[in-house]
Amino acid sequence: MSMPGARFGALLVKESIQIVRDPSSILIALVLPLILLFLFGYGVSLDANVVRIGLVVEQAEGPAEDLAAAFQASRYFEVEVASDIRALEDDLVAGNIRGIVVIPATFDRDFGSADGQAAFQVIADGSEPNTANFVQNYASGVWNTWLAQQTANGEGQAPVIALAPRFWFNPELASRYFLVPGSMAIVMTLIGTLLTALVVAREWERGTMEAMMATPVGILELLLGKLIPYFVLALGSMALCTVLAVTLFGVPMRGSVPALLAISMAFLLPALGQGLLISAATKNQFVASQAALLSGFLPAFLLSGFIFEIDSMPTVIQWITVIVPARYLIASLQTVFLAGDIWALFLPNIGAMLLIGLVFFVLAARSTKKRLD
Amino acid sequence: MAGRLRALIRKELLAALRDPRSRMMLIMPPLLQLLVFSYAATLEVTNVSIGVLNRDAGRWGVEFVERLEGSPTFTEIVALQGIPQIQTAIDLRQVIAVLQIGPDFSRNIEAGQTATAQVILDGRRSNAAQIVQGYLTVIAEQIGATVDAEHGVQPLAVGPIDRNWFNPNLEYTWFTVPSLIGMITLLASLTITGLSVARERELGTFDQLMVSPLRVHEILIGKTIPPLLVGLFQATIFVLAAVFIFAIPLRGSLLLLYGSLLVYQAAVIGVGLFVSALSQTQQQAFLGSFLFAVPAILLSGFASPVENMPNWLQIVSLADPLRYFLVIVKGIFLKAMSVEQVWQNTWPLAVIAVVTLGSAALLFTKRLE
Repeated sequence: MSMPGARFGALLVKESIQIVRDPSSILIALVLPLILLFLFGYGVSLDANVVRIGLVVEQAEGPAEDLAAAFQASRYFEVEVASDIRALEDDLVAGNIRGIVVIPATFDRDFGSADGQAAFQVIADGSEPNTANFVQNYASGVWNTWLAQQTANGEGQAPVIALAPRFWFNPELASRYFLVPGSMAIVMTLIGTLLTALVVAREWERGTMEAMMATPVGILELLLGKLIPYFVLALGSMALCTVLAVTLFGVPMRGSVPALLAISMAFLLPALGQGLLISAATKNQFVASQAALLSGFLPAFLLSGFIFEIDSMPTVIQWITVIVPARYLIASLQTVFLAGDIWALFLPNIGAMLLIGLVFFVLAARSTKKRLD
Repeated sequence: MAGRLRALIRKELLAALRDPRSRMMLIMPPLLQLLVFSYAATLEVTNVSIGVLNRDAGRWGVEFVERLEGSPTFTEIVALQGIPQIQTAIDLRQVIAVLQIGPDFSRNIEAGQTATAQVILDGRRSNAAQIVQGYLTVIAEQIGATVDAEHGVQPLAVGPIDRNWFNPNLEYTWFTVPSLIGMITLLASLTITGLSVARERELGTFDQLMVSPLRVHEILIGKTIPPLLVGLFQATIFVLAAVFIFAIPLRGSLLLLYGSLLVYQAAVIGVGLFVSALSQTQQQAFLGSFLFAVPAILLSGFASPVENMPNWLQIVSLADPLRYFLVIVKGIFLKAMSVEQVWQNTWPLAVIAVVTLGSAALLFTKRLE
């Protein structure tokens, strides 16, 4: 059986040379991962940040002036002061500021009076709901701290219940720590699904796939010969991303390399299977590119729990996420980097990925064979 | 010359729309994307599971748990029996947080002292975990107010009254749907443009086009108009879906929206033509456009606000057409943006369009020589 072995070897060499020769493969396997990693490491941040707001103090004296000073001193706000809200409305529409705090003229009189009616307005830009939430939480934080200081001055009361939060795995609350491992799932999807779908669809379009099938090379050999180089390419890209994540972005690596390898390899089965299925089903580069984008890249980005919580999605969409392989990869990657080797979590995820992969491969083999008849 | 151009545009439109599968790909996926992703892309946190380890025998511990049960944020409250169970529940992502109430919780409250409850949160999902913490704080404050009322303690002040302009209930779809209009048109216009030139190049028909009596600018216009029309058609479907399916208010001028959409599309198609002028094959054109689209989406302010990025990335994002269009489309939908404010975000798009279309023309001319 040395002949098929040598033949297969030759096939692998041919496919690998084709990859190396085409600059666009290198673009996807090396340049795009770097860009993605940089953008998620530096650009996209869901962390608490400084928010620019406007502050209107209708009468700057006494407690009102004091509270205004607390807002200006807060490290969460960059404050633009005005005496009339109309001066700030245009800025809010243009997005130059994300909120307006209005301390009314009555605040001064009401604060400290027996009926406890002292109030002020926090207006947030609702067109950015996430930032709006931050504005209100920060404002309420500034208020509570300020109120506690008044208490220390002998005017108020201590809180009834205090919460002592502890964030496991990521006490600094750096969103980078989960975004960078998550972006690796995107990279693997791009190489496994998008690139494979395009390359194999091109072969169908040009008819070289049928030409290869007419040779003594078996269908299994043919597909493996196509897929193994991309498998290796994706793992190489993963290794590069891991090194950069740990050295450049300081993402902790609390799990083991074998665990990381096992998870990544398990993911490549559904990813490559999906690429193969798309190419066999479409046999056209344009349609394959759109299908890969729609069923591979976008779900990995939006339906995987990468940025958006799966639990918070409507039930129907939660069902769809069950067949998104990236979902299982991302949960495992975040754990292997931040928490450690928790096999009780890895094994079900690996099992799910292998199962989806199997389904994709069976479907892909079917639509390939159909063409042969 | 007009007749020549018309014939070319006709040919390009036919090429883009003749194949029924390609035609389907232009209409169905964008619609599906809008429907699925509008509901999926939410940073809201609802329906999560929380673990509770209540070692307090008094009424306030029970009160806290009951209030959690009444909250729409938490669908499942997992009663934990001991510390080791906390570890498992968090490790395996069964719960996003664990509330731990100590044995002296109610006693402290009744004694008028501050009672402390521990909250352990999953930092692997630190964004959602922080939001959960915010919800828990609100519940703690509400219980505090009840306790104060019972003890006859007058609150010192009302404090902040929150109001959200443009989107009073902070509906997340009001943010995602307009944003997705910009994102999906970007992806569609880029790939249609990029692939149409590259396909002709692969087949060799592009060279025939170049040696025909058509001038470079005519070829460029011929390649620009079809994706522009397809994009306008898609955007129209999206605007209708936004208003009639998602019930998002369209407060500004529709005319302004379409005007700026045209300039935005010209900028994006310019990028597509530029990329395809550089590529030899469809694959390269597609991957090249993709290499542009991904950073364009990430730097646009959709996933996180532009002002949160480091300065050098904010400068890079100045070249991102989507960044301006997101401001415009959300501004017109929700904020009834004025002509001036729309213009401030449209002229940079016009500059990008001139630069990208110009460079594409230059590259094509060079190829001709």
